Amino acid sequence: MITVESLTKSYGGFTAVDDVSFTAQPGRVTGFLGPNGAGKSTTMRVMVGLTAPGGGEVRVLGRRFKDLPDPGREVGVLLDASAQHAGRTGREILTIAALTMGLPRTRVDEMIERVSLTPDEASRRVRNYSLGMRQRLGIGTALLGNPEVLILDEPANGLDPAGIRWMRDLLRGFADDGGTVLLSSHLLHEIEVIADDIVVIGNGRIVAQGTKDELLAGAGTLARASDGPALAAALEAAGITARPTSAGAVLAEADLATIGRAAFAAGIPLTELRAAEGAGLEEMFLSLTADSQRETSASTDHEGAAA
Amino acid sequence: MTATTLDAVPVAADRVERTRPAPAPIPYRRVLNVELRKMFDTRSGLWLMVSIGVLSIIATAAVITFAPDSEITYESFATAIGMPMSIVLPMIAILGVTSEWSQRSGLTTFTLVPSRGRVIRAKATVTFLVGLVSMGVAFAVGAVGNLVGSAIVGVDTVWNISASTVPQIILGNLVGMAIGFTLGVVLRNSPAAIVGYFVVSLVMPGILVLLAEVRDWFADLQPWIDWNYTQVNLFEGATNTAKEWAMLGSTTAIWILVPLMVGVLFLRRSEVK
Repeated sequence: MITVESLTKSYGGFTAVDDVSFTAQPGRVTGFLGPNGAGKSTTMRVMVGLTAPGGGEVRVLGRRFKDLPDPGREVGVLLDASAQHAGRTGREILTIAALTMGLPRTRVDEMIERVSLTPDEASRRVRNYSLGMRQRLGIGTALLGNPEVLILDEPANGLDPAGIRWMRDLLRGFADDGGTVLLSSHLLHEIEVIADDIVVIGNGRIVAQGTKDELLAGAGTLARASDGPALAAALEAAGITARPTSAGAVLAEADLATIGRAAFAAGIPLTELRAAEGAGLEEMFLSLTADSQRETSASTDHEGAAA
Repeated sequence: MTATTLDAVPVAADRVERTRPAPAPIPYRRVLNVELRKMFDTRSGLWLMVSIGVLSIIATAAVITFAPDSEITYESFATAIGMPMSIVLPMIAILGVTSEWSQRSGLTTFTLVPSRGRVIRAKATVTFLVGLVSMGVAFAVGAVGNLVGSAIVGVDTVWNISASTVPQIILGNLVGMAIGFTLGVVLRNSPAAIVGYFVVSLVMPGILVLLAEVRDWFADLQPWIDWNYTQVNLFEGATNTAKEWAMLGSTTAIWILVPLMVGVLFLRRSEVK
């Protein structure tokens, strides 16, 4: 169990994490979703005590991380698979971690096998590892102490499709055994396929959180026209709650037929009309990404100007 | 009412949050053991250690080959071996600290042992141990060299380093390591700390000596400020009077104790990325 309460972290005038609160429950996989630079990594570094928070608090298994007596045996952490001494072998990195946690050496071999590194690969220096091998090694280090909680920052990066599948099954099994899993990603799809609960962060703030089903359902209808705001205004005029999102899309709380009629009555040709089914989350995520990516927002502005 | 709620919540929360008993705290001995291992388990670390033995032997061989017969004495061997030693040992001290940042292994180290002060203390202890053992090796190689050298050349074996000088030479090397360690803690970056070491050990003493020559008021002050001056005295076994020890204390406070304390303070609060 991880509890984050009103966490804030600023760098100079820039607020990287702004009043973030959420809980990762045991027995569930919690996906921490947000575009690059949204504050995911900073939040996770604060969680494990590598960065001091500006305000707020994080508790892991009911304690502050630095108060855990032997953190590796309770919390498995993987923040950056490349953050290892390049001159050590994979086996040596696991051995050091095992010695720190007071585990028997046999545990190292078990873990090498568990993360599918061959003995030959394990005795190579990490300098010569691919990113995928580093991720496997990092996941091995995280799992070494048989922890109750996993905190993983972008663990799927660099894994091939089979590796991603492997990791997904591994995390599912970990949560099904009662463990708490928090993993971050900037890819919506990745979080969709694995997470039970989703926390969406953008520009340092939580913009949505809930179970996957809650967030993916209940988004109503997605309609699209060349002029989104005009469509939204027309729907509002017809008494339908609607809000424009991006690229002419509008999320409306009514069924397909009602919206189709309202648009027809207003004389606005629709280019798309479908049940939202997660489009809400997707649209929200896209607009978040647009805010933080100059290219996308520029092209959106351009479209807006053209319309 | 309020009291009941306050009492009830943590108990309930604890039951949900923790399904197993908490493990025992990490004993300091384990941290020491791990930090000692980390000094040897990389290629660079291993070669630095090996180089202590190898350089001692090369220096010894050089004395036997090149020194005139009258100079085949224990002091010649000790001086020849001391030269590489005074460079390699501080490098070991520097890299033991800075590699956690420059190689970024600190991310793992400080999540497994969140008390950074504890890790730094363990590093200081194993650095000190490595220094002592290395000096032991150096003196032993020098002694063997002296025996072999005098036998080859056919002169009497001269043991001209007094028993009181040996601890001072060892202390002098430990001071050099402590300077390196301090630079490592303060700068937390391998290249910067290594350059920094050469600045404070090669460039700065020259400037201070120059300053002492042109400014009379500084001439009296220099031995209290110039750590290199007090270190050379140790290497020569010339730190004998209370005043000389006080000078050593002063340079140690200025260059090691104060910056180390400030450095550890910052290190504990800094962000590990």
